Amino acid sequence: MSEISAEQVAHLAMLARIELSPEEIASLTVELGSIVDNVAKVSAVATPDLPATSHPIPLVNVFRPDVVGETLTQEQALSGAPEAHDGRFRVSAILGEEQ
Amino acid sequence: MAAPKLMDFDRALELFEPVLGFEVHVELNTKTKMFSDAPNFFGGEPNTNVTPVDLGLPGSLPVVNEQAVRYSISLGLALGCSIAESSRFARKNYFYPDLAKNYQISQHDEPIAYRGSVDVELPDGRTVTVPIERAHMEEDAGKLTHVGGSTGRIQGAEYSLVDYNRAGVPLVEIVTDIIYGAEKDAPELAKAYVSTIRDIVIALGISDAKMERGNLRCDANISLSPRGSGILGTRTETKNVNSLRSVERAIRYEIQRQAAILDAGGTITQETRHWHEDTGRTSAGRPKSDADDYRYFPEPDLLPVQPSTELIEELRQALPEAPALRRRRLREAWGFTELEFRDVVNSGLLNELDATVAAGASPQAARKWWTGEIARLANVAGVDSASLVSAEQVAQLIELIEAGTLTDRLARQVLEGVIAGEGSPAEVVDSRGLAVVSDDGALIAAIDEALAAQPDVLAKIRDGKVQAAGAVIGAVMKAMRGSADAARVRELVLERANSAPE
Repeated sequence: MSEISAEQVAHLAMLARIELSPEEIASLTVELGSIVDNVAKVSAVATPDLPATSHPIPLVNVFRPDVVGETLTQEQALSGAPEAHDGRFRVSAILGEEQ
Repeated sequence: MAAPKLMDFDRALELFEPVLGFEVHVELNTKTKMFSDAPNFFGGEPNTNVTPVDLGLPGSLPVVNEQAVRYSISLGLALGCSIAESSRFARKNYFYPDLAKNYQISQHDEPIAYRGSVDVELPDGRTVTVPIERAHMEEDAGKLTHVGGSTGRIQGAEYSLVDYNRAGVPLVEIVTDIIYGAEKDAPELAKAYVSTIRDIVIALGISDAKMERGNLRCDANISLSPRGSGILGTRTETKNVNSLRSVERAIRYEIQRQAAILDAGGTITQETRHWHEDTGRTSAGRPKSDADDYRYFPEPDLLPVQPSTELIEELRQALPEAPALRRRRLREAWGFTELEFRDVVNSGLLNELDATVAAGASPQAARKWWTGEIARLANVAGVDSASLVSAEQVAQLIELIEAGTLTDRLARQVLEGVIAGEGSPAEVVDSRGLAVVSDDGALIAAIDEALAAQPDVLAKIRDGKVQAAGAVIGAVMKAMRGSADAARVRELVLERANSAPE
């Protein structure tokens, strides 16, 4: 069984600024646990001689020329923001420090 | 905040060996961002140089900027690195609103360039080879402004405002291996290393490399190893160091601070520290452990980068002269003594001098102004010299001096005007009325008047006491309001004193 706890889900929800009810936390704890368990199965069968499968399609070097395209207007950029001020996204004060 | 105890620098070096490591971020000057076709231009109206990719909007997909990859390979080659046959992007996951996606696209275990070295010349002429672990591609983050805190910093802020114009700007992060053996030159090595990286990216033409604008940023890791212990100390990582001068000061400060703590039996906290230019100190930031878990995983939205050998060879052939070779060439071309040249290099002014000479100034005059008055003014203002004036402006100033329009003293005033944004040197001369009075007629009249007013001085000069002329020269310069060439005044004073009627 997975080691995902309800506390971890609640913490993650806080970090992601997603409001979850206790019922949602409970069901997500089970679902996330099941996902993690399934991923763990992959680790169990993936031996070192198996190449990584993050990029299964044999495509490489897909580039874009360095040419300026269209940008959003400030109004468009901020249209999905819960709060904006002075043309910028307004976010809660963050404990910690600048990256 | 009480000033932390510092140990005398020399004493600290007797007890401990400083061990260094640097992470330098270089913003590439491509036309567009790393993964979107928004203009790579930070500034202007907030949140206007953005596309759905830069805002991490659902359904948007990043695509790699080809030019940024070419620039990164060139930089890797210039750092003597191997270029990876296959390299991949990775997501560095963290919760912080400077990027809207909750992750930064970076590179993790498959960087584009790895294992190189850079030769760095110290002020005393010693060359230190700095080992490079890797150089990898990533995107810059947005700009946060903290509101409500008393100092505008994060402590006590009520909320923050985010501008994503810088989010997605292409970066190369250059990571050194652990650097031993810098010893007492550790602060100078730090400065010389960053300066060398700056020279390299400028020569490659891949970055504007202005530290004061954040185009080039240095995080300096430092720890102290007790002499003879063979044990690595706990390191701190100093951030926010945005001039060459600060890099040197910050390292010196951290050595003194850590030494005092260790000597008093304390322990160093592994943490980031913020450099404060105004106080010349660092302050504690976020505790940092080696186990910081960013949950890196390969970026599924981007495909591996596998540069062809042809491309790598093409870029290798196009590499500019290595900084060490360039220095040798310039020193010979300029005819400087070793001391003069080292003075220029140590001041980090080689590029400025080169550009000033290219703009028509004589090497000696360019050296005199950049390492003299301009360096002095920069020091007073606590900024790098290059941010005060351009090479063209300095060349124009020197031209005015050589044409006799300005004396050195007047030129210093003109320089002040140029720095204050009053226009080109010629414009400042006009607007401030600073041109030298070269009409000997006006000078002679003033000299005769001054000599007549000071007959005792006149007598002394005639007796051969030439130094007495100073009083008259001073009076004449005052009468001319400084707009006379002192050397010419002196010449004329002696001439007039000896020819004027008794």
